[in-house]
Amino acid sequence: MKVTVDGIEVEVPPGSNVLQACEAAGKEVPRFCYHERLSVAGNCRMCLVEIEKAPPKPFASCAYPAADGMVVHTDSPMVRAARRGVMEFLLINHPLDCPICDQGGECDLQDQAVGYGMDHSRYAENKRAVRDKDLGPLVKTVMTRCIHCTRCIRFSTEIAGVPELGATARGENMEVGTYVEKALSSELSGNLIDICPVGALTSKPYAFVARPWELTKTDSIDVMDAVGAAIRVDTRGPEVLRILPRLNEDVNEEWLADKSRFAIDGLRRRRLDHPWVRQGGKLVKATWNEAFDAIRNRLTGLDGTKIGAISGDLCDVESMVALRDLMVALGSPNLDCRQDGAALDASRRDFYTFNSTIAGIEEADALLLIGTNPRIEAPLINARLRKRWLQGEIPVALIGEAADLTYKVEMLENRPSTLAAIAAGTHPFAAVLKAAKKPMLILGQAALTRPDGAAVLAQAWALAASCGMLTPDWHGFNVLHTAAARVGGLDVGFLPGVGGRDAAAMLAGGVDALWLLGADEADVTKLPASTFVIYQGHHGDRGAARADVILPGCAYTEKEGTWVNTEGRVQRGQRAGDPPGQAREDWAILRAASAVLGRTLPYDTVAALRCSVETRHPVLRNLDILPRSGCSDTSGPASRGTLSDAPFCAAISNYYMTDPISRASATMAACTEAHSGKAMAAE
Amino acid sequence: MSEPATFAFDAESEVKITKILAKYPSGRQASAVLPLLDLAQRQMGRLTGSAWVPRVAMDVIAARLGMAPIRVYEVATFYFMFNTKPIGKYHLQVCTTTPCWLRGSDEVTAACRRATGIKGWRETSEDELFTMTEVECLGACVNAPILQVDDDFYEDMDAAKTEALIEALRRGEKPKPGSMAGRQGSAPEGGPTTLLDVPAE
Ligand code: SF4
Ligand code: FES
Ligand code: FES
Repeated sequence: MKVTVDGIEVEVPPGSNVLQACEAAGKEVPRFCYHERLSVAGNCRMCLVEIEKAPPKPFASCAYPAADGMVVHTDSPMVRAARRGVMEFLLINHPLDCPICDQGGECDLQDQAVGYGMDHSRYAENKRAVRDKDLGPLVKTVMTRCIHCTRCIRFSTEIAGVPELGATARGENMEVGTYVEKALSSELSGNLIDICPVGALTSKPYAFVARPWELTKTDSIDVMDAVGAAIRVDTRGPEVLRILPRLNEDVNEEWLADKSRFAIDGLRRRRLDHPWVRQGGKLVKATWNEAFDAIRNRLTGLDGTKIGAISGDLCDVESMVALRDLMVALGSPNLDCRQDGAALDASRRDFYTFNSTIAGIEEADALLLIGTNPRIEAPLINARLRKRWLQGEIPVALIGEAADLTYKVEMLENRPSTLAAIAAGTHPFAAVLKAAKKPMLILGQAALTRPDGAAVLAQAWALAASCGMLTPDWHGFNVLHTAAARVGGLDVGFLPGVGGRDAAAMLAGGVDALWLLGADEADVTKLPASTFVIYQGHHGDRGAARADVILPGCAYTEKEGTWVNTEGRVQRGQRAGDPPGQAREDWAILRAASAVLGRTLPYDTVAALRCSVETRHPVLRNLDILPRSGCSDTSGPASRGTLSDAPFCAAISNYYMTDPISRASATMAACTEAHSGKAMAAE
Repeated sequence: MSEPATFAFDAESEVKITKILAKYPSGRQASAVLPLLDLAQRQMGRLTGSAWVPRVAMDVIAARLGMAPIRVYEVATFYFMFNTKPIGKYHLQVCTTTPCWLRGSDEVTAACRRATGIKGWRETSEDELFTMTEVECLGACVNAPILQVDDDFYEDMDAAKTEALIEALRRGEKPKPGSMAGRQGSAPEGGPTTLLDVPAE
């Protein structure tokens, strides 16, 4: 279709609306209610345009379908007058409290009032006042500022799939809220703050903290789950003040999960800001040299096989490689990046990645979930699944713990034997999968951290192969990780070498000296008292509590590093702020330690390290791009042991606290409390 | 009266629900939200003497129709005819739109106040018998002013007639609705004024 906008002719796909045509022509149309990812409400009337040969009146461009040969004017005297009128009406009740409003400086209404507002008001009447709503610990409300665009209502109903917000009463008395006061029960609620065009919904933890123009903005990558959402880190000086999503259509679109956005106060609390050494049973502050000396004293003379290393869930690839190189230099084959003991098979990359890709979810036409709750393990992937489901209901079945995933799920019997039955074709759902063109399964970590994890993995692959998920142009086998570091760790082979011990064996006392690189989920309680533990990381959490030497490292916002998301997408995070006190970048700590131990690592800069990493692991060269491929080899991972009869349980019990940063966050603690209170009330 | 802890449709309502739901194609049950809200309000009136829709009743309706509760709250609060707070036994709805106002709705309002002790709109009298609400045009302007009591229109009102009506209600009587000036329907007061010369057969 050809549409002419202000004399510029553009080609737009059928089904476009006039506003989209205007955008295609590079003409900006002011708007409040329209949002390209939400349904069209057409209620704010700010997007008015004039259309030739149509009735002589302004049209709401967002709600008017474009037609071939249409001639549109976005800047005629009629359009300008009409928009001014709309703005004047909006400002009748909107308070002029910009100086004390957190949206100030990034407010659509403020910006558009500059273009279409009057310099004075013709209204002497009182403005209406609306009582604020309590939406929980994350979203602050100043409802008098609400302009009733209903974006928040449509977001929670459509994208989040948690229809809790609505517009009650009408006319002058209309209010947006939950009617029955309660905390929003969505893991995506922070996005309401972004989509609200005015200051009605703002961030509670960030209230009155900063103005947007004071902030330094750094593009980076989120590590609070394995999705690898694109984020922007806003800092003032060394402090991270807020995190916002960046657009990445392939991963997070423009959304961000609440933990990724709000756990940042955890970056300031319980930080390790200088080295510690245990003396006489107590940790005492030390200098870097004293810490390194303590390590040298203990490791010298120790056989390499008696030394081990476990890496944690937030580690960047560079520091894992540096630690692995150090361990190899010390003669240790004891390495593991799977601190939870997940039976992941790293012999082929598609055995442990999300092969359909996140964007590929939108093509799938049948889905089997195994031992996973994507809503809390990866809220953004769950949003994609819901998006797919809304485009046309697809059959979704779950073998695992029942949960509200925001779309319709058929519960299959929660036993590993169900997997075998589907694979064998004796279960009714097998026919559903076989009838689908692009069926996919998602295997959660809870299915792999069990004693029979390897058997489950092999069985799931066999199921995928037998149900047509593995074809040359579609790969429907997907592992959903919960740890941002995991795929990277598997990619660089941070795994037991020949004859090496795995995490469980090391934690059971299989080594005399254990280097924990940010490993806080590992169960250190069974370690014999004699095991010498070096904890390198950024928070005084579980690992540091057991440590004999603590080396303070950087959190993800304080270092440049590479992370690989659950899809196998290689992404680089940037340094946004400085680490506290004497904390240093992790690879540099390892490089320094290697020199003290007389096994100097062969790189002096992060660039040299990265070069060495990419030479050895060419898959890590594909920064940001993820080629999608089908499955060319359907032979599966090796099976060990037999399937047990135990039902699958959840990998994460509390979404808000899963790592040292979120455990240190007061905001996440408040969310935990708000939501456990609700769970109790529901019982 | 306050928010009850539970709500359930009784047998009498259930019979009606079956009939109502049968009107909508399957998958479109949400369309029945208005009649069901009305039914809940009437049941409350029948059983408790106060015709209103408590929140639990909206939740019951939401579950029944497969809707999110907030969608039912939106509908119930949008329409004035649904009372989301308890009301008195009789709901006095005074039309104050222009035709009724020109014909003396102010007097009717004042009489309601005097007879019940209510001070403002949406208030309930101390004896919990009356709630007074201001409503917009009831579509019966030809017999203005109108005082609607529950479902019935009392027309051609004035102060004295209003007070008499309220006293009767208080005694438990139910005066016949319609014109209080004695005319038939909306026929001219005092008998016909046109078509007087129609020849007899
Ligand atoms: S709170 Fe914000 S997003 Fe929601 S309706 Fe009001 S202005 Fe729109
Ligand atoms: S943006 Fe078109 S009516 Fe609101
Ligand atoms: S104005 Fe009262 S009924 Fe029309």
